[in-house]
Amino acid sequence: MSDESEVLTGWGRTAPSAGRVRRHAGPDAVADLLRDAGPRGLIARGLGRSYGDPAQNAGGVVLDPLPSIIDEPAADGTVRVSAGTSLHDLMRFLLPRGRFVPVTPGTRYVTIGGAIACDVHGKSHHVTGSFGDQVVSLDLVLPDGTLRTVGPVHDPELYWATVGGMGLTGVIVSAVLRTIAVETGYLDVTTQRLPDLDAVLAEMAGSDDDFTYSVAWIDTEAKGSSLGRSVLSRGEHATLDQLAGAAAAHPLAVPTAPRLTVPFAPPFSLVTRPTVRAFNEAWFRRAPQFRAGEIQSVSAFFHPLDGVAHWNRLYGPHGLLQYQFVVPEDRADVVRRILEEVAADKHTTFLAVLKRFGPGSSGWLSFPTAGWTLAIDAPTRPGLVGLLAHLDEQVAEAGGRIYLAKDARLRPELMSTMYPRLAEFRELRERLDPHHRLQSDLSRRLAL
Amino acid sequence: MINALGQPQTVLLLGGTSDIALALARAWARNGSPEVILAARPGERRDRAAAGLADLGLRVEAVDFEAEATGDHPALIESIAASRDIDVAVIAFGVLGDEEQSWQDHETAARLAEVNYVAPVSVGVCLAQVMRRQGHGVIVALSSVAGERVRRSNFAYGASKAGMDGFFLGLGEALRGSGARVLVVRPGFVHTKMTEGREAAPLSVTAEQVADAVTTAVAKGDDLIWVPKAMRGVMSGLRHVPRPLFRKLPI
Repeated sequence: MSDESEVLTGWGRTAPSAGRVRRHAGPDAVADLLRDAGPRGLIARGLGRSYGDPAQNAGGVVLDPLPSIIDEPAADGTVRVSAGTSLHDLMRFLLPRGRFVPVTPGTRYVTIGGAIACDVHGKSHHVTGSFGDQVVSLDLVLPDGTLRTVGPVHDPELYWATVGGMGLTGVIVSAVLRTIAVETGYLDVTTQRLPDLDAVLAEMAGSDDDFTYSVAWIDTEAKGSSLGRSVLSRGEHATLDQLAGAAAAHPLAVPTAPRLTVPFAPPFSLVTRPTVRAFNEAWFRRAPQFRAGEIQSVSAFFHPLDGVAHWNRLYGPHGLLQYQFVVPEDRADVVRRILEEVAADKHTTFLAVLKRFGPGSSGWLSFPTAGWTLAIDAPTRPGLVGLLAHLDEQVAEAGGRIYLAKDARLRPELMSTMYPRLAEFRELRERLDPHHRLQSDLSRRLAL
Repeated sequence: MINALGQPQTVLLLGGTSDIALALARAWARNGSPEVILAARPGERRDRAAAGLADLGLRVEAVDFEAEATGDHPALIESIAASRDIDVAVIAFGVLGDEEQSWQDHETAARLAEVNYVAPVSVGVCLAQVMRRQGHGVIVALSSVAGERVRRSNFAYGASKAGMDGFFLGLGEALRGSGARVLVVRPGFVHTKMTEGREAAPLSVTAEQVADAVTTAVAKGDDLIWVPKAMRGVMSGLRHVPRPLFRKLPI
């Protein structure tokens, strides 16, 4: 243990700040660290996959995750894991046992603690809800050091404040999760090329419910009549009899560590207008008009970017931003307008993914609400300020919100409009944490 | 906190009535609403500056600041930092003085060195301490190309800026890994009230141009910039001109 500060950023590699990184050996050690945190407080960090600043704490303490500890699944399929367990490790543990997690985000390199604190979602949201809906109970070290077990049944108030609570209600140390039975580690994938936004919205609204997993990749360079042209990819867990060849020989194959890595950040972004345009064009052309029954691995279907370690470095020294918002289902007009504005921006390149959420989460600061969510990646540049501020206003006006796990620049004044339960959240924190022992750069920036 | 696009939430302007400081506050206010702390001598000029920024919808707090009263600086900076983080601090005060008087008149020379070198070092040390504790923050030091190669025509001013420039470049190095950063800004001739009545040099800029360059550099995490950019090449050339020739240049 040292007092040396370490400069940390989120996955976007923007807004660095320095905190004292500490390891711990369990709930008692967490309680001690909380009591000794000092005026700048403490925040737990997972694998640093949030894009912005929720897992850094300038001038304060940043808690490194405990290593993975996974108990044998119970007869009902639930499994107890330490908060520092990554989804990667959990999947590698579960798949040989014929089980899988019901909700996985676009990367396996997140911890269970982080997944709950951000209430992450995946391609299955319209069927399964978000990560917080898969938790039976969790153990939380409160700011005063006491250990509390909470869940949707036992102490729902604290539980739903913690789900999506960005680590600000306590330090999650372990959780009991539901798992699902699978016959194979493969997906049966249906891919469709759709010529414009109306087509993809109609297709998703019309038949998403026939699939457990559904997401669309959108070509942000397409304008005019092809605005919103997309590749819609949907899937189900494959059954044994659907596999052939190598897959059939090892039906419960586990995801592996990345084979490629970006060893350092180049001095300029490699994600530029020409490269993105070429990529988007190739991606769209490569996709079939319609193809069903394609067998894909868990990694290929859920986590294509996990194949390249440190891919965020491709964005160069100034890093990247992800702008993810959700608007109600009847406000697809906002999705269209935002796509138009993004396509018209001559200075920046964007990569975008569209998903239709099912009913919203019960987490007070959880992101998912029923409707359309669009996630847009862009290289960071100061000129984005005006464009994104304008998008914020349209999202807020439509009753939508911005995802805190992705945010790195929202104006705090918009928070209470986007998150109506923010006042309650603040009150709870004031009650639970009068000495402000839990703080992060995000909590300071947005006055959570 | 400063966000991913370099928009600060709190800005401390030391020498807060200077044209460049106010242009900077306005530049940050264009796309955000930072709280501005105007540290300057009390008086009508500060009141006017504060009112101007308040009209833009900014929260403004005026605090008394005397550059030469270096003994007061630690307590002043601490009291400002006690109730909030200082995201960006701009060291924007300085005196130009009469070039000939400032090397022949003892009092003028000593005061110029005090205001342009000693006082920035004094506040720089205090700010560094606060920002290390915060784990983040940017110190913007307004230097000058005059300090890059000191010339006969304004060497007292140039030498004070050379010292200040060197101190803040070094401070930036010392702060690496602490989360705090330093940005040294070397403008050429800037049209401000400080240079009013003087003949503009080539490549002259306005306070607004300096402000735009600084906000961009803060957002990008730069540690040294010239305004305008072309000044960098010019100064690089001038630095290598042999002294007998340099002496004859009309600068």
